[in-house]
Amino acid sequence: MSGTIAEKALARASGNKVVEPKEVITAKVDKAMSHDATALVLKQFGSIGAGRIWDPDRAVVVLDHRVPANTVESANAHTLIRKVVQHQGIKNFYDVGEGIGHILMMEKGHVLPGELIVGTDSHSTSYGALGALGTGIGATEMAAVWATGELWLKVPETVNIIYTGSRPGTIVGKDIILYTLGKLGAEFANYKAVEYSGEVTGALAIDDRMSICNMSVEMGTKFATVPFDKVTDKFFKSNFPGALDKIDMDGLTRDPDANFDHTKEFDITDIEPQVACPPNVDDVKPVNDVAGIEFQQALLGTCTNGSLSDLEVAAKYLKGNKVHRNVRMYVVPGSRKIYLEALRAGMIEIFIEAGCVVLNPGCGPCMGAHQGLLAPGEIALSTSNRNFRGRMGSPDAKIYLASPATVAASALEGKITSPSEVTKK
Amino acid sequence: MTLESIVGSAWMFGDNVDTDAIYPGKYMHILDKKNMASHAFEFLKPAFAQKVEPKDIIIGGRNFGCGSSREHAVMCLKHNGVGAIIAMSFARIFYRNAVNNGIPVLTFDIEPKDLVEVYSNIMEGDDIEMDFSRNLLETVTTGERFKINPLPDHLLEIIEAGGLIEYTKNKTIK
Repeated sequence: MSGTIAEKALARASGNKVVEPKEVITAKVDKAMSHDATALVLKQFGSIGAGRIWDPDRAVVVLDHRVPANTVESANAHTLIRKVVQHQGIKNFYDVGEGIGHILMMEKGHVLPGELIVGTDSHSTSYGALGALGTGIGATEMAAVWATGELWLKVPETVNIIYTGSRPGTIVGKDIILYTLGKLGAEFANYKAVEYSGEVTGALAIDDRMSICNMSVEMGTKFATVPFDKVTDKFFKSNFPGALDKIDMDGLTRDPDANFDHTKEFDITDIEPQVACPPNVDDVKPVNDVAGIEFQQALLGTCTNGSLSDLEVAAKYLKGNKVHRNVRMYVVPGSRKIYLEALRAGMIEIFIEAGCVVLNPGCGPCMGAHQGLLAPGEIALSTSNRNFRGRMGSPDAKIYLASPATVAASALEGKITSPSEVTKK
Repeated sequence: MTLESIVGSAWMFGDNVDTDAIYPGKYMHILDKKNMASHAFEFLKPAFAQKVEPKDIIIGGRNFGCGSSREHAVMCLKHNGVGAIIAMSFARIFYRNAVNNGIPVLTFDIEPKDLVEVYSNIMEGDDIEMDFSRNLLETVTTGERFKINPLPDHLLEIIEAGGLIEYTKNKTIK
């Protein structure tokens, strides 16, 4: 046997003993997540002429992209989605304010290791943080999944990315993935599956794994997975006891002689906090190379860095300090649960006293629909995942991407600053 | 199985054309075809949505359509009547979305370094012909030819059906 995790999971999902890279398979989907794009899914679902969804318990619907509704059209779409969710008997529905889809999928127990999960969002690769295969699809394809529960997939070749060395204290998953994108480029893993391994990967917390798998799509990957290990096991045992009972554990690990298309190894012992420069996610530099660039908007949150540990790191810098007067800082907790936990831990008070604006859980300003757009000539420093031209408002604005520590430390200074230059409390 | 050849004007784009540039996120609530079409390449190539004609052909470089899974980025091109998109490579979700909407998405059968030949022989607005039977892209006036990789059969089937909706309908009715 020589399967990678992706090959083994796809063999199971397609009812085959083994599958080979480049083989086209028809796979059964374990979960299907759709967000505000569900409105378009419904339109396409209607056009197919399908009546009932294949399995309402495998669908998850989340309103997170334009919440609270930013236009009457969005409000209309939300209303339509609520009606259909009820009509189709979809119980896993999360309305405005519950959180960001990718974070909720994991927080609410909709992601199990080894599962094949599709979402109407490119960052569905996030589910690899829990050892699943997640991938983004369009609304039409989701309509077909709703109708049939299946989709065709070309079995991808797998890339093995190994992180070795010892992780410096200021370096988090976000820095590691930015560093990787800088080294490998935006097209490196196009059509491929990525599996992360090495001693550094094994020691990473789920939140860090989430940032890494989330942003792996910025190098084009189809799936990004951190193999199931004791960290994943602990996550399930403490949050969802019994959830792993029916899982074939052998399917969750790569075979000893698994074939990889590529193996890349990075020693991260000496890496600095990383920053992606506009307008490309793979134009990545150590923070000190871009230190001093002034910016007007800071964003903490999004599906990449909206976890409790992300807020916690930022709060350590912001506690008792004030965000620079030229900067407006938005904080978006990833979910209602995270918001409440941050509130109870005193973090929300820290943010508000520091001068931040705390927004409701959701995608917020990341995709430029509402809640903090950029004016021409403005610069943002953000924990989000894309810095494309026009992403957060004006096409003449610029976006730099960094970790929560770098964003929080820099927000105090009003310019891009290494977190090591700012004292934590 | 083969698609009918098309002749149209060339619209030239470079590497890493992302989905925000094809269709900005702020318009993602739009479902109306005409409205969707009017925002295609809004800030990257403002003339596109006004001047594009049915069967026009988009030429891209590497990693065309990278970024979001938003299907609007494909639908806005479909609703403008784009006949084919030919690039050095495509980001995978955009590629699937295009197939699912019945738009032929094709890759050049050339070395990446030879892409410069394409850009020096085809100017924006030139009439070009995509000949699906011979897998060739040809400039109408000068007769320059570029080899195109054939579409895999399982994708051609979906495109020929007119997209995934028609394809799924046919399959479920059978």
